[in-house]
Amino acid sequence: MLFDKFQSMASFQADLAERDIAPFGAVAEQILSATEGTVQGKNVILAGTNNYLGMSCDPRCIRAAQQAAEQWGTGTTGSRLANGSFAEHQALETEIADFYGVDHAIVFSTGYSATMGMCATLAGPGETILLDGDSHASIYSGVKQSGAEIIRFKHNNPEDLAKRMRRLGDRAGSALIIAEGIYSMLGDVAPLKEIAAVKREYGGYLLVDEAHSMGVLGQTGRGAAQAAGVEDDVDFSVGTFSKSLGSIGGFCVSHHPELEAIRYCISAYIFTASSSPSVVASTREALRIITAQPELRENLWNNAHQLYDGLKALGLGVGPSASPVVAVEMEDRSATIQGWQALLDAGVYVNLVVPPASPSTNFLLRNSVSAAHSSAQIDTIIAAYAGLIENGVISIDKKA
Amino acid sequence: MTEYQEYLDFLYSALAAHNKKSLVLTEEISLVADIGLSSLEVMEFIEKIEDHFDISIPLNILPDVNTIGDLAKKVRELNL
Ligand SMILES: Cc1ncc(COP(=O)(O)O)c(C=O)c1O
Repeated sequence: MLFDKFQSMASFQADLAERDIAPFGAVAEQILSATEGTVQGKNVILAGTNNYLGMSCDPRCIRAAQQAAEQWGTGTTGSRLANGSFAEHQALETEIADFYGVDHAIVFSTGYSATMGMCATLAGPGETILLDGDSHASIYSGVKQSGAEIIRFKHNNPEDLAKRMRRLGDRAGSALIIAEGIYSMLGDVAPLKEIAAVKREYGGYLLVDEAHSMGVLGQTGRGAAQAAGVEDDVDFSVGTFSKSLGSIGGFCVSHHPELEAIRYCISAYIFTASSSPSVVASTREALRIITAQPELRENLWNNAHQLYDGLKALGLGVGPSASPVVAVEMEDRSATIQGWQALLDAGVYVNLVVPPASPSTNFLLRNSVSAAHSSAQIDTIIAAYAGLIENGVISIDKKA
Repeated sequence: MTEYQEYLDFLYSALAAHNKKSLVLTEEISLVADIGLSSLEVMEFIEKIEDHFDISIPLNILPDVNTIGDLAKKVRELNL
């Protein structure tokens, strides 16, 4: 039967419905600010977004979007290759290339299509892709389409990558290595310095998905490669406008002039409508703001440290180092669901993460901070977790 | 060159830890349907094979691998 394979998902949903919990379908009934909304009729602190710099509600970005909608209309109704290239799209491409200090950029309609499109197109049959085992679904989906040989290396493990490059022999020179900047679920940063060193030793090309690290890491916010001082070793940087820039869309930038030819070979770029002008305009404004206001990044990291230190002091199982994503490891599915609802009842919205979205078999409550959170809000989040421990929803002895 | 039987023997021994139902392992035994390996266990098992033979097993071959015999043949091809 066609539907048999959906049975386990259906029973998971039934389990949630029986408990009257809807963590994946949680609806924001209102957005009050970058850090507050209404969920289940209740005002909550949003601590499970990717709104790292609070740009989604910046009045300057909103105004830019409004003006663009008036000037250009609500949509483009077509592909960049047909009727969907407006001056706004071209301007954004120039600006994102400038932001990265390179000459070539492609703007996509979503981050997913940027990553998937590049991963599907760069390497092909007869070539090899080496990707981090914990890569995002957009990367897996792209490499599967590529027709290339796909080899996983152990998560954030440059030695394992080196071993696999050595095994490739002569073929290593044309291999494509794929890593992310910050991994979205645990908030851990890729060892790009070491990964770049492997590339230098064996050859090949390096693509880094800076989806969660753009605007967050690096002296000017270019991401993990900039923070590691290895930008010259990165052949392609991809990323999204949906997180630190608070809009939607994706990009690929490169110093390789070949990117201009590659553009016309990417299905996910060609066969989809381009971004709405209003979206592009707010993205451009957000890029200007994060460039002009590096203190946003400083606020973000202060909040990240405050949350990480606070949760760690409670004895919770958090990652090895502070990051804007702070994941709390939970005992099992049931405890994760219960904890998620209890946090919401306490006025804090976080993300519930269960396999296969989480790496390996982790059950996680994923918290993320924004530059827009106040220190008092972070304290409220920490206090909500303390409440869960007091009520026995999370037991510290079992998981810490 | 290592013979097919030697690949099989290595796979049998590497699978021993995962063989919770104590099945008698043969070429025809399915890794997932019979032994019941989870997707995570499959990846761990693959890593053991990779390190033993010093090869990388591409993800692309996995859809074609059902039985221990299928895997032995693939590993042999990769190690030629
Ligand atoms: C690493 C990574 N790549 C790509 C994406 C896709 O970006 P978007 O959600 O903006 O389409 C995400 C986030 O969802 C991500 O975490």
